[in-house]
Amino acid sequence: MILTQDLSVTIGQVPVLSAVDLRLDPGTITGLVGESGSGKSMTALAIIGLLPRHAAASGRIMLDGQNLLTMPETRLCDIRGRRIGMIFQEPMTALNPLMTIGDQVAEVLRVHHGMDRKAALSRARARLDRVGLPDPRFPLSLYPHELSGGQRQRVAIALAIAERPDLLIADEPTTALDVTTQAQILDLLAGLVRDEGMALLLITHDLAVVAGIADRVAVMKSGRIVEEAPTERLFRTQDHPYTRRLFAASLHVPARREHEHARSGTTPLLQLRNAVREYRLPQGGRLRAVDDVSLTIRPGESVGLVGESGCGKSTLTRAILGLDPLLGGSIELDGMRVTAGRNMPPKLRARMQVVFQDPFGSFDPRWRIDRLIAEPFHLTGRPPDWRDQVAGALEEVGLDASDARKYIHEFSGGQRQRIAIARALIIRPRLIVLDEAVSALDVRVRAQVLDLLADLRRSHDMAYLFISHDLSVVRGITERVLVMQNGRIVEDGRAEQVIDAPRHACTQSLVAAMPRIPQAWTARPVPCPGPDISHAGRGA
Amino acid sequence: MLRYVFRRTISLGLSLLVASAVVFAVVELVPGDPASFMLGTGAQPETVAALREQLGLDQTLPVRYAAWAAALLQGDFGQSFTYKTPIAGMILDRMQVSLPLAMMALLLAASIAFPVGIYAAARRGRIGDAAVMGGTQLGIALPNFWFAMLLVLLFAITLRWLPAGGFPGWGQPGPAIKALILPAVALALPQAAILARVLRSALIDTQGQDYIRTARAKGLTAGQTLLRHALRNALIPVLTIMGMQFSFLLAGAIIIENVFYLPGLGRLIFQAISQRDLIVVQSAVLVLVAAVIAVNFLVDLAYAAIDPRLRRR
Repeated sequence: MILTQDLSVTIGQVPVLSAVDLRLDPGTITGLVGESGSGKSMTALAIIGLLPRHAAASGRIMLDGQNLLTMPETRLCDIRGRRIGMIFQEPMTALNPLMTIGDQVAEVLRVHHGMDRKAALSRARARLDRVGLPDPRFPLSLYPHELSGGQRQRVAIALAIAERPDLLIADEPTTALDVTTQAQILDLLAGLVRDEGMALLLITHDLAVVAGIADRVAVMKSGRIVEEAPTERLFRTQDHPYTRRLFAASLHVPARREHEHARSGTTPLLQLRNAVREYRLPQGGRLRAVDDVSLTIRPGESVGLVGESGCGKSTLTRAILGLDPLLGGSIELDGMRVTAGRNMPPKLRARMQVVFQDPFGSFDPRWRIDRLIAEPFHLTGRPPDWRDQVAGALEEVGLDASDARKYIHEFSGGQRQRIAIARALIIRPRLIVLDEAVSALDVRVRAQVLDLLADLRRSHDMAYLFISHDLSVVRGITERVLVMQNGRIVEDGRAEQVIDAPRHACTQSLVAAMPRIPQAWTARPVPCPGPDISHAGRGA
Repeated sequence: MLRYVFRRTISLGLSLLVASAVVFAVVELVPGDPASFMLGTGAQPETVAALREQLGLDQTLPVRYAAWAAALLQGDFGQSFTYKTPIAGMILDRMQVSLPLAMMALLLAASIAFPVGIYAAARRGRIGDAAVMGGTQLGIALPNFWFAMLLVLLFAITLRWLPAGGFPGWGQPGPAIKALILPAVALALPQAAILARVLRSALIDTQGQDYIRTARAKGLTAGQTLLRHALRNALIPVLTIMGMQFSFLLAGAIIIENVFYLPGLGRLIFQAISQRDLIVVQSAVLVLVAAVIAVNFLVDLAYAAIDPRLRRR
């Protein structure tokens, strides 16, 4: 059993954790939920003794009657990996790219037992088998880049549990994965806790994830645990106001206009006919990433596009945006042919804009906001009153006109995504492609951005193509949903119908994999919330 | 991996071909006719014409390139205009000094830079790191000829451990090596300073990576993490710099060669340029270009040996 008692951490003068008490019992799963910056990751790093260099911790972290906070580094090294294991959010970067997966798992055993390489590799083999990477298909000699995100997360789990630790800390372990993979990884973690009797501290900002798996839940806000209780009781009572706010945000669905449903009869805004796109694979051969896709989006319509990672969503999006050429078929926007490269007229490009997932990576850090937002004007020519238009766009997305002279680092993740929306809006496009545009945002910020998107669509009569692997968000903001699998559209229908009564097996498995809070636990008669697949909440 | 090596080899061959054509063309474009230069200003036009014919200068450019390249492949670089001796022999003699000198200097630079760079990265932001950063700044700023003179004063004149200059030839291996030690040290120090800085910053970048955190969570100490996980990942930029340094050391040692009276390649090229011995310049430049291309080829192979992701390309 591991206890934190009165655990506080400060960085410089700033308190990041205040009096955190947690009790992590063998065979139990404790969910730690909260928004980014609430101190969830900092709690995990304090427990495993890997706080940033300038952080100072006080209080106690007790393991077998010993306080880890006062333990010398050499003894902590012996505890890390052996008594306490940890996995992180980003499976794509969590493994050493130059080492085989076998050696990476074996290294844990070699460090703690001085085992020779051969013995350690044979134990590593057993651990990899246990996490669902069985022998002939997944030899020890594979490198991380030869595995998918979910498979890499399994390797990370294998090395964290190689020594059968007393405690496994999982910091947003499924946030970067799609719903189906998320469900598999959560199953694996629950199975490990059951079979090996370890304690699991599961950090997430997705309430539905903890609802499905955790025995107890602690809610964190500004470095404090505001509420802690057995899962069902916490969900049913929601004693603390912050817990209630968090719940409300995660169940939020933007208000809808009555007559919003498809204006039939109008000519399509976007029309794809038998679109085909292929990639050459590194080992030879070709992958048909987009296979004979036909679809239409009518003016002002909001359409969702969902599917597992690798189903061809991104490839299709790039083709629609005129970034990659098609091998066959056609794409028309407003009756004009979309082609990749220079021969697509700027006037046509100006009719669609895109908002990407990463609010941190999609801006030049050296440009001021006005220049960033005015950038799409290179398609249409910059009007003389462009500064007024930038100010207007900023106000439309709920920011201040005076923000125009700031730089992007001065804004939070949610504000950056508003700026990205302002940049897309400035030339009044007919279609905005939202590529996982709210996935990186915290639940409360996400609720606000979804409301904003719904309002803007109403006031500007734009169409949305909303790409996401989060079905609950798609359901909230779109009228029609397209489900993609292996490069094909396998289901196309009204959002409610596709999600509540999926017909295709692929849609059914996506819906089944959605983590959900049991309806009986929530007071309000709201639809089940989906997973919040996000990259936020990473470190405080 | 085999495919990668094969493709690199093809690219090596193509680079050599293009480089030889460019070197040939550039020397052709330089004004001045070697024949009239060799015969002096008072020579009869008929004599010049005869020499031109003898040298093959009267033929068309492609024909002369083909003949030149074919001869090159058989190790025939032609004859020096000034010394009337085969150029291949001259370059080979000079290479016997320049190649070991460059190798010694690079080896020395690496053996200083690796411990220093690793130490600085491990002590990042502390006093040891600051000392290394200051010291390497000085090492880059100080001109190596000045440093060479200090070395001569101390080790050759005061202590009399090593010769002050000259090269006895490889007939006497002991003295030959001794003659190269001081020049190698003088060449190595600035390179070591650059390399140590590159390694330090590459290591610091790598240490911010997620897999370093994973390694720490496994129970590795900070030192083990640095050596087992960070170092290999940081090697790519370091190797790139080392490849460039080797090429530079091969021909760029001219000042040091002069300080130590070494018959190296740099001095040969310098003399040939001042005497307008264009065919020697051409040959020496080509040898250097070939050396650079060959070193880059080896660096590419080393990349692939380090990084499994590159092997598939």
